[in-house]
Amino acid sequence: MKAPLAPPVAPKMSPHPISSEIEVRIRKRFPHPEGSFLLNVHFRALAGFTILFGASGAGKTTLLDCIAGLTDPDDGRIVVGGEDLYDAEKKLSVAAWKRNIGYVHQELALFPHLTAEENVEYGLRKLSDAERKNRGREMLDAFRIAHLRERRPAQISGGERQRVALARALVTEPRALLLDEPLSALDRPTKSSLVDDLRKWNQNHRVPILFVTHNGEEVFALGDEVIMLEAGKIVAQGLPHDVMRAPRLETVANLAGFENIFDATVVALHEARGTMTCHLRGGTVELETPLVRAEIGSMLQVGIQAGDLLLATEEPHGLSARNILPGTIRRLIQRDVMIAAIVECGGTDFEVHLTLAARDALQLKPGKAVWVVVKTHSCHLMEVSGA
Amino acid sequence: MNWEAFWLTVRLAAIVSTLLVAIGIPIAYWITYSRWRWKFLVEAAVALPIVLPPTVLGFYVLVALGSRSPLGRWWESLTGHTLAFTFEGLVVGSLLYSLPFAVQPFAAAFGAVDRTLLQASASLGQSPLQTFRRIVLPLSKAGLITGFALSFAHTLGEFGVVLMVGGNIPGVTRTLSIDIYDQVETANYSSANQTALFLLVVSFFILSIVFGLNRYGLTRRNWAVSPWR
Repeated sequence: MKAPLAPPVAPKMSPHPISSEIEVRIRKRFPHPEGSFLLNVHFRALAGFTILFGASGAGKTTLLDCIAGLTDPDDGRIVVGGEDLYDAEKKLSVAAWKRNIGYVHQELALFPHLTAEENVEYGLRKLSDAERKNRGREMLDAFRIAHLRERRPAQISGGERQRVALARALVTEPRALLLDEPLSALDRPTKSSLVDDLRKWNQNHRVPILFVTHNGEEVFALGDEVIMLEAGKIVAQGLPHDVMRAPRLETVANLAGFENIFDATVVALHEARGTMTCHLRGGTVELETPLVRAEIGSMLQVGIQAGDLLLATEEPHGLSARNILPGTIRRLIQRDVMIAAIVECGGTDFEVHLTLAARDALQLKPGKAVWVVVKTHSCHLMEVSGA
Repeated sequence: MNWEAFWLTVRLAAIVSTLLVAIGIPIAYWITYSRWRWKFLVEAAVALPIVLPPTVLGFYVLVALGSRSPLGRWWESLTGHTLAFTFEGLVVGSLLYSLPFAVQPFAAAFGAVDRTLLQASASLGQSPLQTFRRIVLPLSKAGLITGFALSFAHTLGEFGVVLMVGGNIPGVTRTLSIDIYDQVETANYSSANQTALFLLVVSFFILSIVFGLNRYGLTRRNWAVSPWR
């Protein structure tokens, strides 16, 4: 019998010590309910999180499928960790199962006939039984799902399934990780603990993680580099505050979580204090907003996030906010642990977000007179799309 | 009841349905995953025995097995006798005769496995063949059992092909259905009735198991929560 070779002494480190990076430059025409359209992107993603943000149908999943090798682009090149995985010129396309790229599908795709542990060990077929068990156990512990070891996917909760799917992908030590809306089904505390565990794992592994979402809130919570996709094209790239807070188009603003979007006309410029006054169309409200390059009489759109608005039951005094608008509560809508109050001020409806506690403390109910407080810098200005 | 014919029939059905699992899985795999544009022709050919008169199928099998065909000559040079009118010949004829009853449930089960599972398996580094063995086959258990049971039951009851290929040699090629025919020929109605009733009950029993399994035990939806594997 041959004595097994002593394993090389290696510290705990990634098998790809030189941090891998993804470079994608592809074109692919893909079908879409509103006629086929072209995915045409070029970007790099370094080790760490990169968020792919865009509405459904913007091409996010197709992009991930191309990187994972589940489908081929029409043209271009995909390089991961220095290795060509796809190159149209060389007619090269590495098979999906040889790419060593972790992909957590939106629907998780856990194997229903295997237990959580067997799912996690699935990609470790080449290891010895003992080593496979070890690695599997480590991963189950790291993602805090050891107690689910014997259970089938149908017997565990959504959040736990998400953890099993992540653990299953990570245990194979992929050189890049693709996550397609991995948090969409989770509540907020579950989300952040999962992201924390993922970050912890990636501190040792340093691989690029492409994280797809259509949820603007998630983008801010993650706080990493964002690539904004619209109809198959990259329309912005940078940190969330740069990309998301200064939307150029209303469609993008909608996605970024602007519940209040109004058509407005510029009625006065106050260059000395860096503001201007905008009249909201369809009502009597005038808002003081940041000054932008605009002329009196020009048309704009004003976007305000519902969470940036304050509500008072008595007329506030001594506030720094420039806009204090009297109004009436029309409706209160409960959304999970939050209240959306629809307040009519001078013919314009504002959506204001409050906590349940605030609703009770202020004894808010429809018909009650309130004041909406809008800080100048909570008003975001956008060109009128198509203008 | 003619016990000699009974055991011959059971032996034939068991051998044929077992071989069909081995032969049917690769064919069903190909039918499920091939993107060849003329695939439908192969599918039609596999399904032919469902609609073809058994005498037509039996006739061509007989010709193919005879000493004038290459296959027949090859077998003869190997064993010293032709396949026609032997038990082995009966097995070959029955394999063709029951092929669609195995392949179609197999292919339907393979095709019903969620594609995202196959993609997940690929992204975990498993080749298509490994994925087939570790994901598709286990999740197709109901279809595999159905195909096995249907081809077993179908072979139990075959008549035309047996008569054409095997003739009516007691202990060699006389199956239960041929035996019934014999009994009726000799006006032995009560004995024929006994055997016929037996075949009826057994066939019904096998089909009940198949439908029962598909209904209550082995459907994919129930699969994940069933307490056993």
